[in-house]
Amino acid sequence: MNKALKIVVLAKQVPDTRNMGEEAMTADGTVNRAALPAIFNPDDLKALELALRMKDECVGSTVHILTMGPLRAADIIRDAMFRGADGGYLLTDRRFAGSDTLATSYALSCALRKIGADVVVAGRQAIDGDTAQVGPQVAGWLGLPQVTYAEQVEQIKESSLVVRRRVERGVERVESPLPMLLTVNSSADEVRPQNAMRLMKFKYAATPSECAAEPEALRVKLAAEREYLNIVEWTADDVDCDKSILGLAGSPTKVKSVEAVVFQDKQVQSLTSSDEDIEKLMVELIASRTLG
Amino acid sequence: MANFFLDNKDLHYHLEHPLMRKIVELKERNFAEKDSYDYAPQNFEDAMDSYRRIMSLVGEVCGEVIAPNAEGVDSEGPRVVNDRVEYASGTVENLKAVKAAGLNGLTLPRRFGGLNFPLTCFVMANEMVARADTGFENIWGLQDCAETLNEFASEEQKQRYLPLVSEGATCAMDLTEPDAGSDLGAAMMKATWSEEKQTWLLNGVKRFITNGDCEISLVLARTEEGTVDARGLSMFVYDRRSGGMKVRRIEHKLGIKGSPTCELVFTDAPAELVGDRRMGLIKYVMSLMNAARLGIGAQSVGLCEAAYREALKYAHERRQFGKDIIQFPAISEMLSNMRARLRGARALLYETSRFVEIYKQYAHISRERSLEGEERQQMKYYNRLADAFTPLVKLLASEFANMLAFDSIQIHGGSGYMKDYACERLYRDARVLNIYEGTSQMQVVAAINGVTKGAYMEQISLYEAMSYSENMLPVVEKLKALRARVEAMVERVETINKEYPQYKDFHARRLVESVGYIIITYLLAQQATQVEEYESDTKLFLKLTEAYIASAEAYVNTSEGEDVALISEVQEQY
Repeated sequence: MNKALKIVVLAKQVPDTRNMGEEAMTADGTVNRAALPAIFNPDDLKALELALRMKDECVGSTVHILTMGPLRAADIIRDAMFRGADGGYLLTDRRFAGSDTLATSYALSCALRKIGADVVVAGRQAIDGDTAQVGPQVAGWLGLPQVTYAEQVEQIKESSLVVRRRVERGVERVESPLPMLLTVNSSADEVRPQNAMRLMKFKYAATPSECAAEPEALRVKLAAEREYLNIVEWTADDVDCDKSILGLAGSPTKVKSVEAVVFQDKQVQSLTSSDEDIEKLMVELIASRTLG
Repeated sequence: MANFFLDNKDLHYHLEHPLMRKIVELKERNFAEKDSYDYAPQNFEDAMDSYRRIMSLVGEVCGEVIAPNAEGVDSEGPRVVNDRVEYASGTVENLKAVKAAGLNGLTLPRRFGGLNFPLTCFVMANEMVARADTGFENIWGLQDCAETLNEFASEEQKQRYLPLVSEGATCAMDLTEPDAGSDLGAAMMKATWSEEKQTWLLNGVKRFITNGDCEISLVLARTEEGTVDARGLSMFVYDRRSGGMKVRRIEHKLGIKGSPTCELVFTDAPAELVGDRRMGLIKYVMSLMNAARLGIGAQSVGLCEAAYREALKYAHERRQFGKDIIQFPAISEMLSNMRARLRGARALLYETSRFVEIYKQYAHISRERSLEGEERQQMKYYNRLADAFTPLVKLLASEFANMLAFDSIQIHGGSGYMKDYACERLYRDARVLNIYEGTSQMQVVAAINGVTKGAYMEQISLYEAMSYSENMLPVVEKLKALRARVEAMVERVETINKEYPQYKDFHARRLVESVGYIIITYLLAQQATQVEEYESDTKLFLKLTEAYIASAEAYVNTSEGEDVALISEVQEQY
């Protein structure tokens, strides 16, 4: 019998940049968030699945989502609940606006200190920024051991996890003491679908702000009767943090410029899988210092 | 993200039908469970919201998991290993996904772990699954067997078996035997009571059993020694864990290859009697078959949808003579007719589902308390409609599915004949739809009395009396005239049949289909009255109806009683 784990999944709501249409970029080259649907960051869904597998294995475990973002980010907490998560925390405050990865990881780590977790699981990276920095930085702020590029938790021991991680030429099997943080690689298993019964049970889950926006809605009445429908909503004041390093003020990253790179025809090459073609490509890549 | 619900506005139309209010009221018994189950709806809007969300979930599983697996499942197929069926790997993945999504026990009561959804939603889910993979629809859709248990099994049996289905156990109907196909009354599987073991034991062979090696089977077997007809047959529920059943082989089929069609050998297999002895075929299997026929209707419409979409896509991509082939009237005519038939079949499917649902809900309520006068009449009314419409939708939807699959290949031209496109699989899959669960010929037998005894015409009169948009009035006028012509045909056939007894059978299909075409056109006209977008489909379907009836009429009116001899000649040959 495995011990019950308190698992927190770090997740982000992102613009769906996977199928970019023409309207997806603004004239100045930044992402036009209004034109793109907001989705659950794909790697974070894999993180959720990995967390839910641990929950399946260790009876009594809980999985909660922690996300920082605008009010509508509660959507991904509900989505996670439909798939098996027990609930979630929405960290939302204008003072968090403009956060780079350092400020984001700081805010998340402050919230995590308050929640307390045996395992923190995050997707490797978000599709809007592609930095892959937030997970490792959270581990840094909290002084937790971290395993990156995780694909699977192979063994859950009394005070450690054995994790399979994807590395360049294969896989590594590592063991780390609990509590710990994992970032999950996109090669991990697909997330399970939403579950019909859970969907109906949790569809009215809401944050206090959502309830306040529609005081007459059925969800307000149900949330008052049913504890599990309440999504926790925290501002900077609800977590113990140094306000001077939140948001823009705590973000050393400065975006100098954003450039939309459009490939010209002449940059496109068609290659066959023949040895000569591959050889030719290797030579070119080495010459241009892309490789080696 | 492919989603077979969100990409299909026609489904939304049928889900939002006005009769849903009555259906939800009946199904939810005035929302009696709203506080006892955390997933039960609070009111009508809440219920509808859940239906939309869950249909969207089904649509996603279909689009993202089942459809992408279909080609692999078709080529890999299931196999028999050590007397057991092993599904194709894609089928295993599909089952895992539908189980995780909790799409089992869709219509079962909550106290058995079900979602307590209306039949309309189940039919819609069936349709989407069939569009994704026609063969997998069988494996998933057979959960409907649990409805038969819910209707006829004892409370104690329900408590044991139904939660298993809600958790994902798959089912089968073990009816057919080597010498009992359409003629199920000839079934010889033997059931004997063992005093020693205090159970019924099954012995014999079942053949052509879809998903035969499932967890829970309903088995038709002979309990009354010395009998040879339907009156000696009873129905059993068999749990595979009890042992005594082996899969001897699975069939190599033309299509629906992912759905294992099994030959089963039962040797002293312990099973439980369901309901009363001797009522197996007469009552329970008849009910089971009606549900299954509606299921094939849904499967057929799902296949129509897939065939139409494949053809439409190809016609927009394929260029010849400097333009997309969709620009040629020869192609766009085919596609337009395909769409009209698709939407027509769907209209009939959901109309039938509503009739069956209301009737079944009254039947369930009648087991909880005695019905009031008005309710009793309603139950009788909808029962008659359900009985009349079920063979009609099975007949027409499955025939349309074959037409659409045929034309889908035609639009693909030479490429469609190759294995490179899905249309060839659809064509093979479609072929069984008008055969199993009662051939088209058997559906005509089931439906002809509805033509001659007035069930359809009464309903058509109700359709006539409805109010229609101005654009639809000319359609309704034409339908009235067509109805009169069909009535004249029926009268001629009835008259001649008095002297030549095979004459009605000779023309039965023409009469049944004529009535079916008229009904579908009415249903489409009602839709077009509410949503203009359906006008073209309605007008096109009306042309199909006019053409069909003109042809049927020409045949009937030039057939004399003596012509019965023309079709009996082959009976003497060979």
